[in-house]
Amino acid sequence: MTERLDQIFVVLKHWLLGYLPESWQTPVGVVISVVCIIGLYPALFAITTVLERKGVGRMQNRLGPNRVGPYGILQPMADGIKSLTKEDIVPTSADAVVHFLAPVILVVTVFMGFAVLPMGRNMVLVDMDAGLLFYFAMGASTELSVFMAGWSSRNKYSLLGAMRAVAQMISYEVALLLSSVVIVMMTGSLSLVKIVEAQNHYSYGFPHWFIFTPWGLAAFIMYAIAGTAETNRSPFDLPEGESELVAGYHTEYSGFKFALFFLGEYVAMFSISGLGSTLFLGGWMAPFSGLQFIPSWIWFFGKLFVSMCVFIWLRGTLPRLRQDQLMNFAWKFVLPMCLLNLFVAGLWRFMGEGWLRWLVCSAILILAYVSLGREGMRRQKFGPRSYRYAE
Amino acid sequence: MLGDGILKGLAETAKNFAGSFVSKERMTTVEYPEERLPLPEAARNFPFLVYDGDDWEKGLRCVACQICEKECPPKCIYIEKSKDKKPDYVGKPQIYPAKFDIDISVCMSCQICVEVCPFEAIKMNTEFELATDDRFGGLLLDRKELARSNEYYHQIHPTEASEVDARLAEEKAKVEAKAKAAAEAAAAKAAAPPAAAAPATPIAKPAAPVEARPATAAKAAEVAKAPAAATAPVAPKPVPGTGSDGAASMTPEDKKAAETPAKTNEGEPKAQGEPKE
Repeated sequence: MTERLDQIFVVLKHWLLGYLPESWQTPVGVVISVVCIIGLYPALFAITTVLERKGVGRMQNRLGPNRVGPYGILQPMADGIKSLTKEDIVPTSADAVVHFLAPVILVVTVFMGFAVLPMGRNMVLVDMDAGLLFYFAMGASTELSVFMAGWSSRNKYSLLGAMRAVAQMISYEVALLLSSVVIVMMTGSLSLVKIVEAQNHYSYGFPHWFIFTPWGLAAFIMYAIAGTAETNRSPFDLPEGESELVAGYHTEYSGFKFALFFLGEYVAMFSISGLGSTLFLGGWMAPFSGLQFIPSWIWFFGKLFVSMCVFIWLRGTLPRLRQDQLMNFAWKFVLPMCLLNLFVAGLWRFMGEGWLRWLVCSAILILAYVSLGREGMRRQKFGPRSYRYAE
Repeated sequence: MLGDGILKGLAETAKNFAGSFVSKERMTTVEYPEERLPLPEAARNFPFLVYDGDDWEKGLRCVACQICEKECPPKCIYIEKSKDKKPDYVGKPQIYPAKFDIDISVCMSCQICVEVCPFEAIKMNTEFELATDDRFGGLLLDRKELARSNEYYHQIHPTEASEVDARLAEEKAKVEAKAKAAAEAAAAKAAAPPAAAAPATPIAKPAAPVEARPATAAKAAEVAKAPAAATAPVAPKPVPGTGSDGAASMTPEDKKAAETPAKTNEGEPKAQGEPKE
């Protein structure tokens, strides 16, 4: 029974495909999976927007949206109808083609990332050998769409927002990759399915998730920071800093194109969270061996939900960083920690079993964290500003 | 250490998040259309016309003296006088407004019309949900839309309304006392033709050079106390000093004009009932 519930979607898909001729089964199966992914994540996006607005409202002792439907849960529908019926404005001097392509590329590349994410036992669209590499390749092309949007709008706010976004995303992309490389070093595989399998064993009822090791915890923290910056979420939402850049790179977008940017951003958050839970939190695995009777996909989406809540919590808490703080943090703290973590992971691998490797690895990481935090993040004293005028 | 500030902040927001579900003091939001805070007594926005009794048309206190129309800084009041007369609260026949319009899209809620009105006929309302889909007609209120009962006035401004009621009762008592004194004097003077002294009509004659003798005025005031208490429901008793002092001989118009001499910059004579154009 539990086995069947666990595999319900897989079984359902095979049952549907059973009615088709042999040669059609593979392409139609892919189409079904793609349609499911494309339908599911926007639905989650709708739920998350209202959750976020209500959650942040509560953190600020407000009620949040509560007018549309009971407790405001139909708010996303109202928003969707509004954005669909709004006029779609393209500035006269904008590059219309690129302006149109930018949101499309963003949404397409963001959805491509889900192709390799295992969302449950046997629930992965493509079990690629280089899944992680594919994921990061797709993730990196969101920068392209952001820059396309900023450049084609022919608006200085858009361009500034896009420049900021590209600078930020490239800086944190490095940290994101380096923190994931540790996992690849340990499992010896780039396939996300294999990475989940590598964590899929329990001792004393507790799972062997990578987050429960010193290097895994450090990598997870760095991954979370870099992932937040990569998806342009608060406190790293400088590219769309409302207070100084109107709306950043999507200033000149309205109507459904704007909604696509919004959708792309949230779906990117889902995908980063999904990859994070796959790499560090055991993907679709239950957190205790006694809870394995609950279907695997519930665990995956539960982890997704928890990480979205953390994203919302962070947004309700932290103010936006300054550009120099952002860059200092990326290159002076996150990157050195990631590089050190590579070394620590190697040490862990070759020190053999025993308590000694726990002690040594933890000590190195904590020492580095404290000293880097103290030195790298020290408040800098600037002298009086000096200007040199053009002659 | 790096990051402890973030943890502190996260704890703070978590506390707020959880607290907003538990404590009522945290959630200060008043969900307006369903629940609303009581307006403070001093709240005001646009003027309305007070009427006594049940019939708004009969009971309007306004006598179309047009002082408010002249004083109104943005000129948002338009008054047309009636051709006929009807008795006011004292019983004296007065002109009434055949037309009284206030354009609340022009009105700036300065309350000057209220301050200059000698008849306590125009007061400030607290209604604020005046949105309309008709930009011109919907915001131009005629006298029917402006009319509100005295009870309504008591509801929205209780203190002020009872003060006004006390003042009006006092003035009415004075007028009645004076009429009685005049009638008695007339009766005493012309003892031979008794038909002349008929105190049934309580019309005050402000121009009549009658000197109210202290004794009779005090006596008349004693008599007038009973109706005064009846007409002022909130006022506990008539204001002291009603009896034998010189103010007893003043009409309500005189007194009001004496109280607010600076506000009627058109000159005191105009404040006397119906000014001439």
